[in-house]
Amino acid sequence: MAQVPVTEGVFTWPSETPQLIGSRCVACGNHMFPVQAGCPKCTGEKTEQVLLGRRGTLWTWTVQGFPPKAPPYAGDVDPKTFKAFGVGYVELPGQIKVEARLTEADPEKLKIGMEMEMVIVPLSTDASGNEVVTFAFAPVA
Amino acid sequence: MSTEVAIVGIGMHEFGRTEGVSGMEQGVIAVRRACADAGVKWEDVQFAFGGSAAAGAADTMVSQLGLTGLQFINVANGCATGGSALFSAYNTIRSGVFDLGIAIGFDKHERGAFRVDTRGAGLGNWYGASGLALTTQFFGMKINRYMHEYGISHSTLGKVSEKAFRNGSMNPMAWRRKPISEQEALDSLMLSYPLTQYMFCSPGEGGVALILARADKAHLYTDKPIFLNAAVVRSRRFGSFEVLAPSIALEHNAGPTVDSSKAAFEMAGIGPEDIDLAQLQDTEAGAEVMHMAENGFCEHGEQEFMIQAGETEIGGKFPVNTDGGCLANGEPIGASGLRQVYENVLQLRGQAGARQVPNDPKVAYTHVYGAPGISGVTILSR
Ligand SMILES: [Zn+2]
Repeated sequence: MAQVPVTEGVFTWPSETPQLIGSRCVACGNHMFPVQAGCPKCTGEKTEQVLLGRRGTLWTWTVQGFPPKAPPYAGDVDPKTFKAFGVGYVELPGQIKVEARLTEADPEKLKIGMEMEMVIVPLSTDASGNEVVTFAFAPVA
Repeated sequence: MSTEVAIVGIGMHEFGRTEGVSGMEQGVIAVRRACADAGVKWEDVQFAFGGSAAAGAADTMVSQLGLTGLQFINVANGCATGGSALFSAYNTIRSGVFDLGIAIGFDKHERGAFRVDTRGAGLGNWYGASGLALTTQFFGMKINRYMHEYGISHSTLGKVSEKAFRNGSMNPMAWRRKPISEQEALDSLMLSYPLTQYMFCSPGEGGVALILARADKAHLYTDKPIFLNAAVVRSRRFGSFEVLAPSIALEHNAGPTVDSSKAAFEMAGIGPEDIDLAQLQDTEAGAEVMHMAENGFCEHGEQEFMIQAGETEIGGKFPVNTDGGCLANGEPIGASGLRQVYENVLQLRGQAGARQVPNDPKVAYTHVYGAPGISGVTILSR
């Protein structure tokens, strides 16, 4: 089964070490994710593309305990088979805090401040039978 | 305090689920009740600002109310729709253009959590597809971080729900009128950690209308005018932590609630210590806790003691969400902010019945917060 990204331009793919793609303001150095053209910090109009760090610390988190509405959600929404998933903001040093799924969904195992690393996870299967993947962060063992 | 504009009539359609009555019709009923309360006819109303998020263009309700030719402006401003209608009506009267007008908010939403239109919210499809486009997640993450930083307990979240449903049980207009215990709130289904089912409000239905007049003419309509001393709406600044954000800056900004609160107190010329009761946005139990501090009513972390000690109960030192808030009333987006003002008018008139705050409250405060990082505050006095 081939793997396809949930979208182009949000993370590098295919890649052994995938990274999120963001922007940096040419004028003030502010980081943005996803890519955008204008800077909300200094109102500068010029930004350049930058790859974000793969490691950071968990700034906050929650657990998605019920199936999201589909659309927009592409993953499993069957209440019988739906598995709760973690969601958090990971602080990438010197750059930005990014929101992402977490591979861990057990409140006992999630701690603010813990080390996290970016990974790619399966999300759904598309009409052509490809496995659709998205980005997530996993606790660093 | 500035006393140029008075609320002289209030009307509400019951919140909750009303099968067979459209959101717009609920708005019309609220308008008729507000007119009756002020003793005015629809044809006396010189202008209207109104809005809904999901129940149609407000100005089309004139076909049911009467085609009087009045100036009717639709307002669409997310969770601050009602607050924006009120702000606009307030300033229209202050400017001297008209003497008597109405602010209207109504709505009717499908069941379950709000379905986010990712494109309408300026987000890529991947965001919703990946399971991140849920406002409930933001609320879970904000209070989880806050609990970590300021030592708020799960029990305190449960107590906020318990209070909301108890206050709702004394409010004939509320959706949820069955009291629940703190333990029942804590034990209900975990939706978005640390928030359970009974700690979240639900999208609902309802309508509210408020009739405003020049204060020096208020006696024509009521012997209990309530003065609108401040009405403020603010959007977010760089660095604030808001709903539906794929990323947030490393640097921290306190957010639009802090800005709108400060501006409202400045406008009214008073401080948080002068407020006798408040209706604070409680999309979920944690929001009420955080908004107590963001609006200046306590330091961060003090809520733990205040709520455990019962200070925010109707008979406490500082009553919060006396009508049951969003938790007991549900959230028809367009009407929600005006529902808070409606409750404060009742409280200041001394007409809140079983849930009346004792000792004749004189000054009351409302606060809404919502997507995409917007806040509205009003201060009312008698
Ligand atoms: Zn910049």
